[in-house]
Amino acid sequence: MYAFDVTRPKTVAEAVAALAGDEAQALGGGQTLIPTLKQRLASPATLVSLTAIDEMKGVCADGGTLTIGGGTTHATVAAEASAYPALAALAANIGDPAVRSRGTIGGSLANNDPSACYPSAALASGATIVTNNREIAADDYFQGLFTTALNEGEIITAVKFPVPEKANYQKFVQPASRFSLVGVFVAKYADGVRVAVTGASENGVFRWTEAEAALSANFSADAVEGLTASADGLINDLHGDAEYRAHLIKVMTKRAVAAAK
Amino acid sequence: MPKDHGIGASPKRREDVRFLTGKGQYTDDINLHGQTYVHFLRSDVAHGIIKSIDTSDAENMPGVVRIFTGADFEGVGGLPCGWQVTDRHGQPMQEPGHPVLARGKVRHVGDPIAAIVAETKEQARDAAEAIGLDIEELPAVVDMVSALAPDAPKVHDELTSNLCYDWGFVEENKAAVDEAFEKAAHVTTLELINNRLVANPMEPRVAVGDYNQANDESTLYTTSQNPHVIRLLMGAFVLGIPEHKLRVVAPDVGGGFGTKIFHYAEEAFVTFASRQIRRPVKWTSTRSEAFMSDAHGRDHKTKIELALDADNNFMAIRTDTYANMGAYLSTFAPSVPTWLHGTLMAGNYKTPLIYVNVKAVFTNTVPVDAYRGAGRPEATFQLERLVDKAARELGVDPIALRRQNFITQFPYATPVAVEYDTGDYIATMDRMEEIMDISGFEARRKASEAKGKWRGLGVNCYIEACGIAPSNLVGQLGARAGLYDAATVRVNATGSISVMVGAHSHGQGHETTFPQVIAEMIGIDESQVDIVHGDSSKIPFGMGTYGSRSLAVCGSAMVRAAEKVIRKAKKIAAHLLEASEADIELKDGKFSVAGTDKECAWGDVTLAAYVPHNYPLEDIEPGLEETAFYDPANFTYPSGAYACEVEVDPETGKVTIEKFAAADDFGNVVNPMIVEGQVHGGIAQGIGQALLEAAVYDENGQLQSASYMDYAMPRADDVPFYIVDHSCCTPCTHNPLGVKGCGEAGAIGSPPAVVNAVIDALASGGKNVPHIDMPLTPHRVWKAINQ
Repeated sequence: MYAFDVTRPKTVAEAVAALAGDEAQALGGGQTLIPTLKQRLASPATLVSLTAIDEMKGVCADGGTLTIGGGTTHATVAAEASAYPALAALAANIGDPAVRSRGTIGGSLANNDPSACYPSAALASGATIVTNNREIAADDYFQGLFTTALNEGEIITAVKFPVPEKANYQKFVQPASRFSLVGVFVAKYADGVRVAVTGASENGVFRWTEAEAALSANFSADAVEGLTASADGLINDLHGDAEYRAHLIKVMTKRAVAAAK
Repeated sequence: MPKDHGIGASPKRREDVRFLTGKGQYTDDINLHGQTYVHFLRSDVAHGIIKSIDTSDAENMPGVVRIFTGADFEGVGGLPCGWQVTDRHGQPMQEPGHPVLARGKVRHVGDPIAAIVAETKEQARDAAEAIGLDIEELPAVVDMVSALAPDAPKVHDELTSNLCYDWGFVEENKAAVDEAFEKAAHVTTLELINNRLVANPMEPRVAVGDYNQANDESTLYTTSQNPHVIRLLMGAFVLGIPEHKLRVVAPDVGGGFGTKIFHYAEEAFVTFASRQIRRPVKWTSTRSEAFMSDAHGRDHKTKIELALDADNNFMAIRTDTYANMGAYLSTFAPSVPTWLHGTLMAGNYKTPLIYVNVKAVFTNTVPVDAYRGAGRPEATFQLERLVDKAARELGVDPIALRRQNFITQFPYATPVAVEYDTGDYIATMDRMEEIMDISGFEARRKASEAKGKWRGLGVNCYIEACGIAPSNLVGQLGARAGLYDAATVRVNATGSISVMVGAHSHGQGHETTFPQVIAEMIGIDESQVDIVHGDSSKIPFGMGTYGSRSLAVCGSAMVRAAEKVIRKAKKIAAHLLEASEADIELKDGKFSVAGTDKECAWGDVTLAAYVPHNYPLEDIEPGLEETAFYDPANFTYPSGAYACEVEVDPETGKVTIEKFAAADDFGNVVNPMIVEGQVHGGIAQGIGQALLEAAVYDENGQLQSASYMDYAMPRADDVPFYIVDHSCCTPCTHNPLGVKGCGEAGAIGSPPAVVNAVIDALASGGKNVPHIDMPLTPHRVWKAINQ
């Protein structure tokens, strides 16, 4: 690591002020940023830790909406998001206990790793990303590989998930990292079904709209049977080629539909 | 009733108390007064000419003590190779130099170019970034076959080609083998790759060099499996330090798996640099550095053929293997694909004719050397896959085909130069079938099918050769070291015992098992015995631990030394009891006179040895301490039968291991619990190789699986509950304990069982796939299903 200063503000306002400084960088649970620093691939002057901001923590179910503070760890979501079981299950299967005890939902969504789990849940749920100064619809938020609608210095303070009638997340893991080789989140709402795919695309999380249409008409695994996910733009790497990933998108979608509750 | 002490008991590992409570003393725990830190600037290209290295800015960075480059090693030796292979034509292998720091060229990603010594690690790393490096990149050779093309770029310009050697074994058999293939009723052919692996011990390598100007002595603390070997190689061949001025200490070591056998550049560097700057120098590998500087394992590309007669008897085996040496010859690299691989090609079968050809090739990759099993897993994998393929082609039961061709008479001289002393392959196969419940397989297969899964059963046998020996033979085969071991049994005045051993424990549990043997021999409690290992200034010149040799070789030396102690103790007891020496018996820690009730305790005799007031000084010396060196007459030959059941998800290609059984014959067993643990660990590594692990280079020589993000290590949920059994016992005939080795068996026996099981599962799903190369990732299995 290169040398840096650390500040640990107690409020969102203080954090926003700190992030206005020269070469300041927000630090959530550090599950991506700390390894990056250790590799000397980043050299912020100041790390603004968000872990002491109580107003950014916690899980709250209200009516049909589950609101999760941006600084809430995966372990907390797994334990407390019982109003949205598919989301709690997703959180419970991220990484290992150490990762889940440090990593946060805000950190994951701000980083937008193309293989991360949370982006698929946010996109499939039509969630709203709440920041220190605005609300962003998930459909507008994810803008490609490690790219989001966030401006510099903007902090995710909360994420609001409309609770679906049924949902499920199926993750087929990459054997080494156990990130998603392909992960599919299916959420059924009164007004239709949304299907979001992570791990597969060179452009990060995306919606499989053909499957959404088919499932909105008939919410059963059979409805997907006749579809083929396109391999265009999918990732080719050591662990799977684009054709395999395209195949897995369909398999995982079917399994998610079958398991949805 | 299981024993509760001595040989055959399973006391818990005494070393675990310190390991599990954070009290272990590893090399990285050693911090010396005035210590500096070194950071190695390593090549990020696989092949290139070093045009210039400008250290001027870096030298003025804060905390920098000194920066070394290849030029500082003028007149210093390179890293030696410990084994010379002679090729098919009687010529010695091509043996390039291996500089401590690169000179002229870099030859693999990770090749050290400069070493920055500074007050802190971070300062050293900062300064490394300020070094101006101009490297003219050259085309890299990565693939072994294309490396041998006439126009391939040469890894070493001074060599005639990238071919290290072309080895034929047994060359005189070649014509007869070819003839047998012409007469065969059936020939089965298989081409396969034995995947390159990174050993990944939990503790990365560490080295601390400490020069003491007052007495001109150097000490190297290092993560080694064999401190005396490092002292000899580094002292005599690299740095020119005589042994009495060089101490090598390998304290607690957190796993080795072979990759900590070898003498590495970083060890020589810290020892050398400490003498130059007159301060201790410490290096701790990062995990990223380990991927590009620890010797890798395996990496063979093989074509193997089996000739069978009309009755399915094996007539001949012929193999053609390319073995990757990497960019330089690591310490024992040339021996692995030859003498540790070719000699095992008979396996458990009475095949009369065998010919093995191995072409060892230099490439722009990390050097490759021994990794748990070293050559023997490669031999077993190709043979046991081949036999399985033959059974499938012939439509016969794979177990029956194996049984039909088993060696049943011992001793058995193979056509590949080794003689198995004992074994009972029918017994281990019987035992495996029983513990695996083979007869219940079809029912289990149906249950899997009902869930939409394809279930497969894979079996295989293995033979291992442990405790490579004897020294005069291995010398003829090209070894530049002896392969004996040594132990000193020091009995203290009150009867407790310290045993100084040449073996090194880095996970094997010697501190528990070796005292069990001494306690059994003398009849005292194990708590009265400690072993001392790992410090060249404290232990006799032994050769360390690798190749499942510790108990068979060093344990035998310890037994010999203890026998000498007992002989002398009986003389003392005879004097104290006023009896004839021939009448003295030692049992349960007491000396008695046969046929009388006269006796004295072990402690009475040991005290007399050190307080010799009433003592036969005219006949024997005071004291009770003996050393023995033991050079085995032969290898030991553990063997076994393994079975694996897998479920394959045909939709995704994912393989899960549902059941795994290992029936091993390790001869006599000292501590069954530790033996089972060794088998568990070995199988986990074998499953890792079969399903998960692969060191993959791209065509430019960049390691693509260079971290745990892409290199898949087995996790707890990747491995099943193992059923292991070692009740089949044919004791080794030529060592005093009748023991064989157990450390590598699991890693040797498991990969073919796993792959055979997957091939069987696919066949049950109607997909007759002849072979899938390891690792059998979901992607590869899915492709095989859908090709």
